[in-house]
Amino acid sequence: MRLHLNLRERARKGFWRALEAVGVERPKERWNRQPSLLRRALPPLAIGLLVLAIAWPVWATPRPSLLAALAIAYGLYLLPSRARKVALPAAAILLVVAYPFYLGELFKLPLFGPFPSMDTVVVMAIFTVMALGLNVVVGYAGLLDLGYVAFYAMGAYTAAWFASPQFAGQNPDGSYKRNVVFGAIDVPEGIGGFHINLWILFLVAGCFTALVGVIIGLPTLRLRGDYLAIVTLGFGEIMPQVARNGDRLFGTSFNLTNGPQGINPIDTPGFGHTLSDATGGFLPSSYLSCCNASFLNHQISSTELFFWTAVVLVLITVFCSWRLRDSRLGRAWIAIREDEVAAAAMGVPLMRTKTWSYATGAFFGGVAGALFAAFKGGVFPDDFFFNISVFILCMVILGGMGNIWGVIVGACVLAYLNQEGIANIGGWINDRFSTSDAQWFQVWSGGIDVPKYTFGIYGAIILIVMLFRPQGLIGSSRRKQELQQGVHDEPLYDSQAQGR
Amino acid sequence: MSTAAPAPASTPAAAGEELLVVDGLRKEFGGLVAVDSVDFVVRRGAIASLIGPNGAGKTTFFNMITGVYKPTAGRVVFAGEDLTGKPPHAVTQRGIGRTFQNIRLFQHMTALENVLVGMHSRLHGGIIRSILRTPGLRREEARAEKRARELLALCTLAGEEDWVARNLPYGDQRRLEVARALATEPKLLLLDEPTAGMNPQESDEFRHFIGVLKRDLSLTVLLIEHDMKVVMGVSDHVTVLDFGEKIAEGSPKEVQRDPRVIEAYLGTGALAEGRR
Repeated sequence: MRLHLNLRERARKGFWRALEAVGVERPKERWNRQPSLLRRALPPLAIGLLVLAIAWPVWATPRPSLLAALAIAYGLYLLPSRARKVALPAAAILLVVAYPFYLGELFKLPLFGPFPSMDTVVVMAIFTVMALGLNVVVGYAGLLDLGYVAFYAMGAYTAAWFASPQFAGQNPDGSYKRNVVFGAIDVPEGIGGFHINLWILFLVAGCFTALVGVIIGLPTLRLRGDYLAIVTLGFGEIMPQVARNGDRLFGTSFNLTNGPQGINPIDTPGFGHTLSDATGGFLPSSYLSCCNASFLNHQISSTELFFWTAVVLVLITVFCSWRLRDSRLGRAWIAIREDEVAAAAMGVPLMRTKTWSYATGAFFGGVAGALFAAFKGGVFPDDFFFNISVFILCMVILGGMGNIWGVIVGACVLAYLNQEGIANIGGWINDRFSTSDAQWFQVWSGGIDVPKYTFGIYGAIILIVMLFRPQGLIGSSRRKQELQQGVHDEPLYDSQAQGR
Repeated sequence: MSTAAPAPASTPAAAGEELLVVDGLRKEFGGLVAVDSVDFVVRRGAIASLIGPNGAGKTTFFNMITGVYKPTAGRVVFAGEDLTGKPPHAVTQRGIGRTFQNIRLFQHMTALENVLVGMHSRLHGGIIRSILRTPGLRREEARAEKRARELLALCTLAGEEDWVARNLPYGDQRRLEVARALATEPKLLLLDEPTAGMNPQESDEFRHFIGVLKRDLSLTVLLIEHDMKVVMGVSDHVTVLDFGEKIAEGSPKEVQRDPRVIEAYLGTGALAEGRR
């Protein structure tokens, strides 16, 4: 490294000496001032040109929209740092929200293939909410939770119970009982059961899951570290088993979860005709029957509506995470993570504070689960196995524990890989090395089924991240230091060793 | 400001004067009796010291008062309220602040954040208000930050608010621990070997600092200390523990002359030699 710096320094000096020799005056060093606009403009311009040069063949005909996007990004970079603080997130949000409109225009990436489809980005957004929820538990309060899927399942089933024909008993004449209908959208005649408005249910699912989080938390949060992880692992296993075997709960004839078949169909979210008409059709009356609307020459699909809903949810979650991190409660969480005994001695009630983090994490898990259930139109117990817990934990670790932006990146990357990324990469590899008309050269025949190795690939990714960047892709600086230098983990080492 | 020389512990003190009353406190770890039925009184406004050789049970005694350990027997009464068996945060809430023998700051938080955590039980922002950041909450946070800066300034840490705790010099870390304990608004401050590892100059400064605390904040202080210069310099009242038992107490001078104390510190042989 030192050699490298020396070479660079020497090259710089030599360069200026050569220029001075031909009469060019050397500018004075201005290290303490904001560099000039020109200087700031140069490096990204160079990078941009490089990217253009490499990617030119990818989109054979130059597209003005892409060039415009590049120009805007470049403009943002040149803004003064204060304005950039507002403009960058705003631009990012705009870019995400507008995704359905320019998805069709996008080119194919080498190796990764086409950009993620609408279905994939909905799943990515929902997993982002879950990862942000888990981040409150694992990243902020430092409580290792290996059973987060329990909250996800809880939220999904809550939505399913109250917006489906699940609890429809039969009337004496054979028709189904309508238990309660409250603000549900487009429930056909002849379908029984509870039908509560899904917007209300998202909130109810969150609150109910938070309550479950508190109930699970009260006995388990007394444990520390590894013990807590094991117990949460247990709860994470119990939940899907209950879901799977809940069609005759405890041997009674009561059907809670409809067993392995799962519960479907679940009602569609929507805003109803009144709201839809009042806003001139801006808010769709129902997400499924929406889709003769168009906007900017773009036919809006129901998946896109789910996507925007999920994005709003992500924004709310980010906002809450951010506000909580900088609050009295957030400080207490970090204090507990750093040193439980000292935190308690400073007046932080351990159980209550930990339970709050559990409840907060559970709330977001529950809302995400409910949205996922609505998106899929049903809940199935096979969606809630242990691997999902690990998967969400991986997102948090990969992105960077405790860092909101890192967790978003981690969640998007892993959810994308899981949905289509790995299959695309597999296809790309097989195209080039496998078939007899292999594009490059044939190494094997018959093709390899890359998605089969998905979990092996995640394992490798986590291993690499842990080895080379233990704080995650975008880690919080505090977490990085803790990982490198350690925290007080032993309970009251001082008194036991010395005071006896 | 300082109270008159305290009466010997054998005579019961006047009611209302006693801030902390410890009655027959005992702790057993398995077969080991770490603290053996100790009676102990700290008077309001006094600086009391607890001394004793290594392993005498001083820190265990502290941990029982602050709720970290549950005593095997005995009672802890603070300002007329029985605190025995209460969890640490409840003890802190009622006005006992403490520091630790080996510094236990939140090492990766800034000095200011450390002090703000100390204020936890004096602030009220709940989860909903924190998310909405209501005007009331903003005012509370602003007040808390102002107070935290004042406390840091009091502990001569002004200008180091944004330093990460672990990067502060050793003496500053000790004082930051005191600032954090003061943030809990204690009536009684427990300092567990505050000058351990300090050089003579630093510990002199610290001795002065304890005097300032007593004068400016009218605090009651209970001190565990090994540095006899500090103990004898600041204490109004000294209690000596050895093998978990209280072997002497009284004014610094009385304790210094007590043969059992000399024996505990220097061994029986030394005493015998001294007599010869």
